[in-house]
Amino acid sequence: MALKIVKGSIDRMFDKNLQDLVRGIRNHKEDEAKYISTCIDEIKQELKQDNIAVKANAVCKLTYLQMLGYDVSWAAFNIVEVMSSSKFTYKRIGYLAASQCFHEGTDVIMLTTNQIRKDLSSPHQYDTGVALTGLSCFVTPDLARDLANDIMTLMSHTKPYIRKKAVLIMYKVFLKYPESLRPAFPRLKEKLEDPDPGVQSAAVNVICELARRNPKNYLSLAPLFFKLMTSSTNNWVLIKIIKLFGALTPLEPRLGKKMIEPLTNLIHSTSAMSLLYECVNTVIAVLISLSSGMPNHSASIQLCVQKLRILIEDSDQNLKYLGLLAMSKILKTHPKSVQSHKDLILQCLDDKDESIRLRALDLLYGMVSKKNLMEIVKKLMLHVDKAEGTTYRDELLTKIIDICSQSNYQYITNFEWYISILVELTRLEGTRHGHLIASQMLDVAIRVKAIRGFAVAQMATLLDNAHLLTGNTQHNGICEVLYAAAWICGEFSEHLEDPMQTLEAMLRPKVATLPGHIQAVYVQNAAKLFATVLRKHEGETDSHAVQETSQLLIDRLPLFVQSANLEVQERASCILQLVKYIQKLQQKKVEVAEEVTALFAGELNPVAPKAQKKVPVPEGLDLDAWINKPPSESESEDEKPKAVFAKEEPKHSRSRHTEVDEKELAKRREARKQEQANNPFYIKASPSSQKVYDAPGVEHIPVVQIDLSVPLKVPGMPMSDQYLKLEEERRQKEKAERKKKEKKKKREKRGKERKADSGPESEEDITPAHQVDIVTEEMPENALPSDDDDKDPNDPHKALDIDLDKPLADSEKLPVRTHRPEVLKSPAEDRVNESIPQETKKRSSKEKKEKKKGKEKDRKRSKEEKKKKKHKEVEEELLESHPEEAVQSEETKEAATPPTSAEEETTPLSAAAADMSSAAAPESEPDEPKDAEPEDTKSSKHKKKKQKKEKEEKEKKKKKRHHHHHHHHHHHSDAGGDDSVQNGTVEEEEPLPPMSNYSLLAENSYIKMMKEDADQVYDIQGNHQDESKVVVSVIFENKSDSFLKSMEFNVLDSLNSKLQRPEGAGAHDSLTVPFQLPPGISNEARFVFSVQSIVMPQKLKGTLTFIVKSDESSTHEKLDFKLHFTCTSYLITTPCYSDAYAKLLESGDLKGSSLRLERIKMPFHHLLARICFHHHFSVVERIDSCASMYSRSIQGHHVCLLVKTSDQTVSIDAKCDEPSLLGNVLDEIKQTFSKC
Amino acid sequence: MIKAILIFNNHGKPRLIRFYQYFAEDMQQQIIRETFHLVSKRDDNVCNFLEGGSLIGGSDYKLIYRHYATLYFVFCVDSSESELGILDLIQLICFFVSVCVFVETLDKCFENVCELDLIFHMDKVHYILQEVVMGGMVLETNMNEIVAQVELQNRMEKSEGGLSAAPARAVSAVKNMNLPEIPRNINIGDINIKVPSLSPF
Repeated sequence: MALKIVKGSIDRMFDKNLQDLVRGIRNHKEDEAKYISTCIDEIKQELKQDNIAVKANAVCKLTYLQMLGYDVSWAAFNIVEVMSSSKFTYKRIGYLAASQCFHEGTDVIMLTTNQIRKDLSSPHQYDTGVALTGLSCFVTPDLARDLANDIMTLMSHTKPYIRKKAVLIMYKVFLKYPESLRPAFPRLKEKLEDPDPGVQSAAVNVICELARRNPKNYLSLAPLFFKLMTSSTNNWVLIKIIKLFGALTPLEPRLGKKMIEPLTNLIHSTSAMSLLYECVNTVIAVLISLSSGMPNHSASIQLCVQKLRILIEDSDQNLKYLGLLAMSKILKTHPKSVQSHKDLILQCLDDKDESIRLRALDLLYGMVSKKNLMEIVKKLMLHVDKAEGTTYRDELLTKIIDICSQSNYQYITNFEWYISILVELTRLEGTRHGHLIASQMLDVAIRVKAIRGFAVAQMATLLDNAHLLTGNTQHNGICEVLYAAAWICGEFSEHLEDPMQTLEAMLRPKVATLPGHIQAVYVQNAAKLFATVLRKHEGETDSHAVQETSQLLIDRLPLFVQSANLEVQERASCILQLVKYIQKLQQKKVEVAEEVTALFAGELNPVAPKAQKKVPVPEGLDLDAWINKPPSESESEDEKPKAVFAKEEPKHSRSRHTEVDEKELAKRREARKQEQANNPFYIKASPSSQKVYDAPGVEHIPVVQIDLSVPLKVPGMPMSDQYLKLEEERRQKEKAERKKKEKKKKREKRGKERKADSGPESEEDITPAHQVDIVTEEMPENALPSDDDDKDPNDPHKALDIDLDKPLADSEKLPVRTHRPEVLKSPAEDRVNESIPQETKKRSSKEKKEKKKGKEKDRKRSKEEKKKKKHKEVEEELLESHPEEAVQSEETKEAATPPTSAEEETTPLSAAAADMSSAAAPESEPDEPKDAEPEDTKSSKHKKKKQKKEKEEKEKKKKKRHHHHHHHHHHHSDAGGDDSVQNGTVEEEEPLPPMSNYSLLAENSYIKMMKEDADQVYDIQGNHQDESKVVVSVIFENKSDSFLKSMEFNVLDSLNSKLQRPEGAGAHDSLTVPFQLPPGISNEARFVFSVQSIVMPQKLKGTLTFIVKSDESSTHEKLDFKLHFTCTSYLITTPCYSDAYAKLLESGDLKGSSLRLERIKMPFHHLLARICFHHHFSVVERIDSCASMYSRSIQGHHVCLLVKTSDQTVSIDAKCDEPSLLGNVLDEIKQTFSKC
Repeated sequence: MIKAILIFNNHGKPRLIRFYQYFAEDMQQQIIRETFHLVSKRDDNVCNFLEGGSLIGGSDYKLIYRHYATLYFVFCVDSSESELGILDLIQLICFFVSVCVFVETLDKCFENVCELDLIFHMDKVHYILQEVVMGGMVLETNMNEIVAQVELQNRMEKSEGGLSAAPARAVSAVKNMNLPEIPRNINIGDINIKVPSLSPF
């Protein structure tokens, strides 16, 4: 042994530590990856060693490698090992590694629950601290739930160091386990006034973080925070609080009024820029929230703007940046006060710092008006020219478009100017926003009808000079504008001066190099142009031009027919054939123009992007409902393809669709309108918006006369400047005119007061250059207004929107730490909580119980000390009646004692392992009564299977636990404090044979009835003094090829047992089975029986009547059956503590009986599992070949068994307070084992 | 909330990374690369804030960084943090690193946090960081308190013998000789022959 230790430490000397690893990596710069892979191999070797120091060193190195991007999740288990070391040095390494690489998907995390709990309650504050820090990084919902209470306790720890960490981590716990917020909140609030500034700061931090997401729940804390704000000197805390107030004021304007004064004081007094800045920010938030009626309003605004100006003018770029940022907030509500600083902001556009330029751009967005738009855009265009680096240039580009298009082109007075700007922007090389420009072109051309003529001319020039743009054919490159250009030219071709030339431009061979979707548009719009040319020249005697055009298309289109892009190919070949046909007709002198034009007739209206989403669902239409019957599970996979290829159905539905005639449609529409009129919540389309597209036509809009002084034909020449000049001249002229008019007016109405806003500079006076009609985007006729389109449904903070002012309910207790996740309870207690809810399903009622458990915890502890002693008593008690067995049992007692005591002090890992297996199968304990909800019928079959499996697992687990206990003892005796852990040594056990508790009830050629061994039993003793209810599940299986329907289930009641029928039904009426059975299908139905006495088994006669419906005929059939209620079916699996069990036996109320089974060949644990499964017992304790078991009847009879086995002989000693029940149960057990 | 703390050098090599939200390793590396790309091309005399955009978390987040000699300290934070406050915090952390990692080099100006200090003591820097920021929230800003806590924990580690106890340190000289192949399993019998010198420095 000593030699081994020496060897170990010598080996260690050659292990690299972190420093060696880093040095090694630096020395192997050229083959780093190779070097690291050898290091990882070494680490793997080191992790295999028993020495925890070696492991910790290895884990430390892994943390470094993780930083370099290596996945180290394979070592997660070793990290847990290192975490559970008792030495702080190693523990810290373990937790660091865990915090770097554990996450919710890490499966070993559930192993850590107990370890973390142990560390949290460690006497050493740094163990606790390290655990808290680690946990803050990898807390999962499960950990949060299990540890919430422990952490909450730590919030009142004596050491402020722990307190502050515990407070801070609560935020993470809340996020993962929102139920903990309300119970923990009072204490969190308390910590706001903690004597330690660190703790206080942590509490402020957490509450601010919470309040930021759901401010309204924290309004009640405002006075407390107000006090803190005026008393605290810690800038960090102050900043947080001030930020919090910024979030609260929008909800409570009165708060805002109160805030202004202290905030202003702080602004004046503080020297810390960070605090000053946050104060200004909050004042802005306050001012935004206040209605503008405040008198001292402007003073505060002035103060803020003035302070911000100082920041912006500062040489420190950071302050400049923040100043601009805050300025943009003021801009939203008080644009006037910001606009006066336009000079400063425009200056910032020239700053060398990109961030600052971007901020300034943001500000510009809000500063534009009709008056200065052109000027500002001109300035931006200059920047576009100067900008180096595509990112900033692209940003500028999007900003220009944003600024111009904001609020429905509100500020644009001259759309010709805007189109020219867009055309100029196409000269940008390497931009990624071709698509954006294109969509703007399309949007403007479609919605501003007056501009179409101009737009078409511009687009034609673009197409003619397409070679300038095709340099960059990458996706979303500038070539995208050709998409828009081609479409506009095609769609509005009537405005084209020379369609022939444009057509020629669109069919150049170079076009074939463009992306497919653009080519497709080219081809399609070439056809539109063709139609226009036809129409133009129709009727002319000289059809030369038309023939030339057809020939051009026929010559050029084959190029596109060969395109690799399917869309292009299809369109091209279609149009090619069309043109060929037209050419033929032309040769016969047939006039076709009108028909060809008709192909492209009709106006395209803009549709709002959200229109589809806003179409309301008509009443009575359930979109989630199945149209056809859902495919049943039993349908085999290979049947499906048939259905897919069946061509009949779709055709059918389509034809039906057309059957709905116009009349019917009109009727429906009328009905819908009626309905809408009656619906007060329906918002009718406003008449004004309707007018836009109901207007009689385009004719009344004056088409803009293109000013030919502007050179249109020169592509890419900056001509927007011309507009600027023109605009200025125009305005001058208008101004002059207006002045004249005003003078006139004045002369006329002298003495009358002059309106304040009639100054020549005001917004209203700027008239647009052209009368434009901006078509609004179409929405469905009865769209519902909704603003929640942008909310993220996955926001974790949504769950924390919890009312905190309501008093705590009893049910809202944090889950308290329990000895085992599934706690065995004494039967006495169990009678109070009649049913044990499944932990995961009914947490609330569980929490109620937790309280009780918490109280009991102390009692339990003392109980457990006595356990060992008691256990002996239990056995002796049972053995009294069978002295001949005593000798054998004496031997088992020796082995029995260690495990029971070991239960209390499990090693971290074995406990964790137990934890894991129970977490993996939370419903695995057979102690739980099965869920008796009748609506679970569908899943119940599946659940049964699961339970079976889980039972097997549970058996295994039991073994495992024993195994660990033994090991643990071994360690304690010779290894002292060494926490090395045992892992992966679980014995392989032969699996349990499958068990089913469904038995055949009755069967004929049509139907098979299977009855579940009635374990779906629940008890409502409280309501009916001596009557219990039993639920019987029956599976009906259709064995025939016919459809079975109208199934009726009836039972001849006995005095003791009655079928529960719906109220109002007679005593002999039958119950309708709530489903029909297609051929080969089975389904399960449940029937409730009320039973008075349960000590005897019962047999009930019943009949099932049903109709067999086949293609030709339908016949009535019936099936008789006998329902057998065994005594077993009245037993409920009930967990029991061994101490309670001992007490029960001591009490002497129970009468004994015994049973001997011969030639039982199955292993003992199978035998126990069978008893548990078929007869609803739970194992209280098991020692080798001897086990005590317990169950309880629905009427509260206790049934205790002591099962022993030796050499294929099983003896069962049983005790029960009802001898006849016991006798019958034993008979049934005997029967079960005689069957196998 | 602080979403991530990244420290990397002028070449983008990570020296310490701390994510307070889970990202897979390759994603982490991509974030580091992109952040480096963003930060490294900025002049030293421009502002220390950067809109992170799609990098981590979205528009509510921004990058706040400082550049010291060969190192970039980058914090990714959301709007609940004060920008200027975080800048101060970064300065504070640099100071702690120089104070706590190398007590003997206290005279060093904190602006000169040596990259080597960080490289070889990543774990220690992590421990310091843990005392300042926990789970993405600022835990403590009181300098004396932080230094005291870190010192106490280090002392505790020393009393336990530390991770690299004496013998391992003794042979580090041997290890650095760049031997082509270090024998992994030493024959116990030949112990005196094979291991050159076990005497401490």
